[in-house]
Amino acid sequence: MLAAIGVQSMDELLLDIPSSLRIKALELPAGLSEFETMAEIASLAARNRVFPDRLTFRGGGVYRRFIPAAVAAVTSKPEFYTAYTPYQPEASQGTLQAIFEFQTLIAELTALDVANASLYDGATAVAEAAMMAHVHTGRNEVVVPGYLHPEYMEVLRVFSEGRGIKVRRGTEPGPKTAAVIFQQPDFLGLLVDARSLTESAHAAGALAIACVDPISLAILAPPGEYGADIAVGEGQQLGLSPSYGGPHVGFISCRKELVRRLPGRLVGTAYDKQGRRGFTLALAAREQHIRREKATSNICTNHSLCALAASVYMTYMGPDGLRQVAEVSFKRAHALSERLAALPGWEPAFPDRQFLNEFPMRVPKGPAVVRKLARKGILGPLDVHRWFRELKGVLTFTCTEVNDPRALDELVAALES
Amino acid sequence: MTEPLSFEKSRGSAGPPRLPDANVTAPEPSQLLGPEHIRSKAPGLPRLSEPEIMRHYSRLASMNYSISEQFYPLGSCTMKYNPVVNETAAALPGFAGLHPYQDEDSVQGALELMWRLERALSAVVGVERVTLQPAAGAHGEWTALRMIQAYHHSRGDARTEVLVPDSAHGTNPASAALSGFHVVEVRSGRDGRISLADLESKLSPSVAALMLTNPNTLGLFERQILDIAEMVHATGAMLYYDGANLNAFMGICRPGDMGFDAVHMNLHKTFTTPHGGGGPGAGPVGVKADLVPFLPTPTVERTNGHLTLDFKRPKSIGRVRTFYGNFGMLVRAYAYIVAMGGDGLTQASRDAVLSANYLRKQVEDDLEMPHDGPCMHEFVASARNLAQDGIKALDIAKALLDRDFYAPTVYFPLVVPEAIMVEPTETESKATLDAFGAAIKEIVAQAKTNPQALHDAPQTLPVGRLDEVAAARRINAYLQGQSDDPVLRWKAAEK
Repeated sequence: MLAAIGVQSMDELLLDIPSSLRIKALELPAGLSEFETMAEIASLAARNRVFPDRLTFRGGGVYRRFIPAAVAAVTSKPEFYTAYTPYQPEASQGTLQAIFEFQTLIAELTALDVANASLYDGATAVAEAAMMAHVHTGRNEVVVPGYLHPEYMEVLRVFSEGRGIKVRRGTEPGPKTAAVIFQQPDFLGLLVDARSLTESAHAAGALAIACVDPISLAILAPPGEYGADIAVGEGQQLGLSPSYGGPHVGFISCRKELVRRLPGRLVGTAYDKQGRRGFTLALAAREQHIRREKATSNICTNHSLCALAASVYMTYMGPDGLRQVAEVSFKRAHALSERLAALPGWEPAFPDRQFLNEFPMRVPKGPAVVRKLARKGILGPLDVHRWFRELKGVLTFTCTEVNDPRALDELVAALES
Repeated sequence: MTEPLSFEKSRGSAGPPRLPDANVTAPEPSQLLGPEHIRSKAPGLPRLSEPEIMRHYSRLASMNYSISEQFYPLGSCTMKYNPVVNETAAALPGFAGLHPYQDEDSVQGALELMWRLERALSAVVGVERVTLQPAAGAHGEWTALRMIQAYHHSRGDARTEVLVPDSAHGTNPASAALSGFHVVEVRSGRDGRISLADLESKLSPSVAALMLTNPNTLGLFERQILDIAEMVHATGAMLYYDGANLNAFMGICRPGDMGFDAVHMNLHKTFTTPHGGGGPGAGPVGVKADLVPFLPTPTVERTNGHLTLDFKRPKSIGRVRTFYGNFGMLVRAYAYIVAMGGDGLTQASRDAVLSANYLRKQVEDDLEMPHDGPCMHEFVASARNLAQDGIKALDIAKALLDRDFYAPTVYFPLVVPEAIMVEPTETESKATLDAFGAAIKEIVAQAKTNPQALHDAPQTLPVGRLDEVAAARRINAYLQGQSDDPVLRWKAAEK
């Protein structure tokens, strides 16, 4: 090959690199065989403790759920996972159609007009939605009532600072407010009055941004039904493993009037000369590769394969399966909360508030409870005091369809022991 | 062959999958929740059986080109082979089953992996520390700019501009704008490299950083990088490295030694984590000592073999996403680095440069080469020489699809008209490169003999060229309320 190029040595191809910059070698160990590589990786995996699904009662944004085998069977197809962003639509119809279906599924679930192709996670979805509201209204403040996931809040702040947007905790939007951002159910699992929050946003001329749990929407009124302008959320529960926090998938959908402000990729239908329907990237004029510094967002690579997993999951479940999953989780969580409330000294932290399948309990010696459960092989509740000073002694428990009734018995027995 | 949408295939008769019953005594949601909380109409998800679903997605998969089946010479995207062992590693229950809020003591292996990956990436790019948090390249760029902003701010220095070359990736100016900077463009010179004179004229005390990729998007090494670094630093600005082209020189030289203060890397390019049809990726950012205090929280720290997450970093910009990054992608990249070793990574880059120069030679008589070689890991040709035949870069791209190759990046970088940007990577054989060269020759010959055939390409794929202009018109009509077809989603016909 060197001869074909017309050089004597490899170094002739590297002459543009100043010799003072050349290094002798990387300070890294030598390569290993596949067998040795896996042995090293597996030894690291073995230093982690994995709690069984059924004995995991911790949520806080990442949940254990039943993942149909069909999900991995589809996402492990190399035609999907080793393809690039679908720049050449004719050779990428599989990816494009799958994204188009994802957009439709999210739009249906949230009851809004249009969803995008995916975002990184729930936190960046919240931040991107805030940017949309800022540009749409020309206002420089977002108001966050109640318990938004603390990490979403932090990411929102970091994004907003760059753009000169103020993030204010509170319930009263004012004339400078671009959006009211609320989470339903909130970080503690409690339901908020989404309807009145939306109305208060609109009364102030601001947008209402609902951060929602996708599984909850099988039961709960979706953002489109109560008039929210933008819905965002984290899609991990739709067929993705916890994987120490990622990769998961953020989603965003909005009313028709806001479509041009959406960040990231959008796929639409288009036709060829023979009249055949196909799918292609659409409204690219919003995006960084065309608009550069005037783009609606800088996002390029998104979380396509995770969106594919979510699509397979939602298609597998269908409307009835999704409802079943949500209802089983609801009932188990309510059964558990009753039993926990009967423990001496334990009480619901917010007895007047409703919840679905995650709920806060006020307990004596919270941290000790969590440690005790771990010793018994149970990934116990989340101590939320870490983020909220006023929630001392408050632990949130999560229940889903993977926590079978015997697992609830084991949890209660461990707490009683 | 086309495939109906899952929604179009949906059968009302397909029942839900078998799922567990609650088997506990508890009220129904409608008994506890007020009617204002209850969904009034079920979401319109499709109803399909598992065999129907599997067949649906298998058919969709067959409509994709991918690195597993095709040569993917997509410039700037580094579409190298993704070792399958990476997938096995990430799927280990000891990684995939970890909850992000487990106690540190129960995730020592995960933290150790992150710590080792940070060390390895630091060694490759020559920096002090690396944050693994950003989810993608653009996210990494933005994270780096926020750190640079915080650095200047901490010195009471309110710098408002970021310099970006005209040949830069679109994410560069977009990330700068998103950080609140004013973007100023720096021109390329005739030789395709940044114009030092233009740079000089744009540098001022209000410039926070110059964003640069090296080799640049033309595949050319910025020979005067040390001078550039000196000029930038002399004004108190920082130098940011866009790592899209890192595959050109691993083990040969390091951005840190060139004077870059912040360096982003794409694990889904250089370190073989799969692209997934558009993510998930991972965009770690390495920084020199001056920027270390501003790294996102948490960082992974190691003391006497014990690993912890450090959230108490007073100068940190804060977190840029939830949890600790796309951990599953970090496992894959670490597996790749362990398997390759320092020797293997170096060889990978040398082979990438060799492949690009070899392929450049194969096609240099057929396409115009706007800049002199040698190139680094990619090269940019131009289809301008075929303008007289009415053939454009897009026609060549589509004709390649018919010949079972994915197309190179076209119309980028913007500084080259009719650009065709080719990055073969080190994982392709000489035979594949020869076949690609032969295909280009054949297409260029066809431009003279039968240009119409090129305008009509592709013919062998599920669809031909799609009318994107008409699609945009249909979207406009929908957004303006003149049509019921949303174009951007499927919608059941009104009954």
